[in-house]
Amino acid sequence: MKINGVVLKWFAPVLLVGLATPALAQNEPRVVIGDPEFKPLPIAITTPTGSAMGKRIAAVVSANLKGTGLFRIIDPAAFIQKAAAASVRPRFPDWKVIGAEALVTGRIRTNPNGEIRLEYRLWNVAGGSQMVGRALEGPAKLWRRLAHKMSDGIYKRLTGEGGYFDTRIVYIAESGPVTRRIKRLAIMDQDGANHRFLTDGRHLVLTPRFSPNTQEITYLAYVNSRPRVYIYNLDSGRREAVGSFPGMTFAPRFSPDGNKIVMSIERAGNSEIYTMDLRTRVTSRLTNNPSIDTSPSYSPDGKRITFNSDRSGRQKIYVMNADGSGVVRISNGVGRYATPVWSPRGDRIAFTKMEGGAFKIGIMDPDGDNEKILTNGFLAEGPTWAPNGRVLMFFKQGRGGQAQIYTIDITGRNEQRAKTPASGSDPAWSPLLKN
Amino acid sequence: MKYVKLIAVLVFAAGLGACSSVDKKTDGAGSKGGSGAGNGSRPAATASWSDYTSKTKNGYSDRVFFSYDRHELSAEARQTIEAWSRWLRAHPDATILVEGHTDERGTREYNLALGARRATAVKNYLTALGTSGRRLRTISYGKERPSVAGSTERSWSENRRGVARPRGGGS
Repeated sequence: MKINGVVLKWFAPVLLVGLATPALAQNEPRVVIGDPEFKPLPIAITTPTGSAMGKRIAAVVSANLKGTGLFRIIDPAAFIQKAAAASVRPRFPDWKVIGAEALVTGRIRTNPNGEIRLEYRLWNVAGGSQMVGRALEGPAKLWRRLAHKMSDGIYKRLTGEGGYFDTRIVYIAESGPVTRRIKRLAIMDQDGANHRFLTDGRHLVLTPRFSPNTQEITYLAYVNSRPRVYIYNLDSGRREAVGSFPGMTFAPRFSPDGNKIVMSIERAGNSEIYTMDLRTRVTSRLTNNPSIDTSPSYSPDGKRITFNSDRSGRQKIYVMNADGSGVVRISNGVGRYATPVWSPRGDRIAFTKMEGGAFKIGIMDPDGDNEKILTNGFLAEGPTWAPNGRVLMFFKQGRGGQAQIYTIDITGRNEQRAKTPASGSDPAWSPLLKN
Repeated sequence: MKYVKLIAVLVFAAGLGACSSVDKKTDGAGSKGGSGAGNGSRPAATASWSDYTSKTKNGYSDRVFFSYDRHELSAEARQTIEAWSRWLRAHPDATILVEGHTDERGTREYNLALGARRATAVKNYLTALGTSGRRLRTISYGKERPSVAGSTERSWSENRRGVARPRGGGS
């Protein structure tokens, strides 16, 4: 598949020595997310040998793993064995003595076709065994993606959860005074690299969301004073309105198969939830209620939709079947609930809650049980899921302050500001990028 | 029934005429202060929109205000809209874009929907007063375009608004 027109080949796991026996596997370093006894796992990340690029790759991998809050990256100044020697054969006592439980080694070669080949291995220091051995190949200019794929491989092996580093964020970059705020569609890698603006700020733009194939973005734009849902194609740069309706269209999201947009369509002041089939252009109304019905989000299997409605008199969260039948209210607490977003794993719904003058970001089960508030702020809104369903991104604004984007683990740990060049809001996390 | 009630309000407002304070700028939260009492007899016939809604002349506002998370029109808001209606009658070629706005205390998408409700409430009253719906268009900005910065009760109350933007008719 194409990425900016360049074909990437990823090699399946190859290699090699010392397959872990079940007995050894019990001694393997492992991070259990959500474990109350949790301590960050000490890991040594050596610089892949064979290319000057190795240093940059090691820096990206270290930053990725450190950013999760799940790992303690051991200072390379403490390393006893040289990276080059370790990449041939680690001397495990040298790594044990500096406290490393896991070790990463790597080598880089340039293939005859000019692509680079990054081989990396993850080692169990205590067991003296290899946990991962993998080669990744791709154009040198996509070296950051190789580093993110490598990070994903390490994270997955040590946590048992899917990775989320080879992903992008689309969001709204904000500038200017509050009363004449300039908002631009912007995209960046999950770690803030490769930042670029997709729109110039002439039109107000809001609420971007990725398509499942990660190459399209649906969002709201005010063009000629008409707020409408658009789709932006990242390959072509083309922008297209989704249908033509007399009223406002807003709150768009893709269906999990990418074939539909679910959104609100406003008519005579009343907002209802519709789907539009992107191939046939046929629209179907899913709600029919004089209340506000908005912020729809599909379950990952496409069978259900969670949405926001004030039909009870206050904003609450509901779930319905994908055809609009079987509406059930799931939020049970006091306060106003909004922006439900179904986890890519299907097991949780993230939301915004307004209560007692504060905004809160939380998660609950799809039946409303096990509500858990993760963070709060003067204004905090718009959670979006990492593809592994373990991390949320959202934005937060202090009283009179600027909106900024943050990440937080669904255990409520490790709240961190995302790296955006300036003020940002309405983040949306992409699925894992396709090869 | 509702329509009859609206007409009654209109007649009441008109009957008070020149010597009352009803025609003056009505919403205490607004920035366009009311100094025009007694000058409101038939301003619509000749006045341009900017004259009509200026602070210093007739004292009508170009905006109406709403309670938190509500879209019902207050009595004050209806008086302001009745003045717009008279202006529209005096300027039959003019159209009005009605903007609906919210304060910052709400989620973005819900506030877009709430702004649409507010703009529509204004539009519906104008049509009830006799303006053709074809001359009125609504747009919701949700919380995207506050008229004043700040996170206080006062700024919130000024930002929860419906604003009339006229096109044509000497605006």
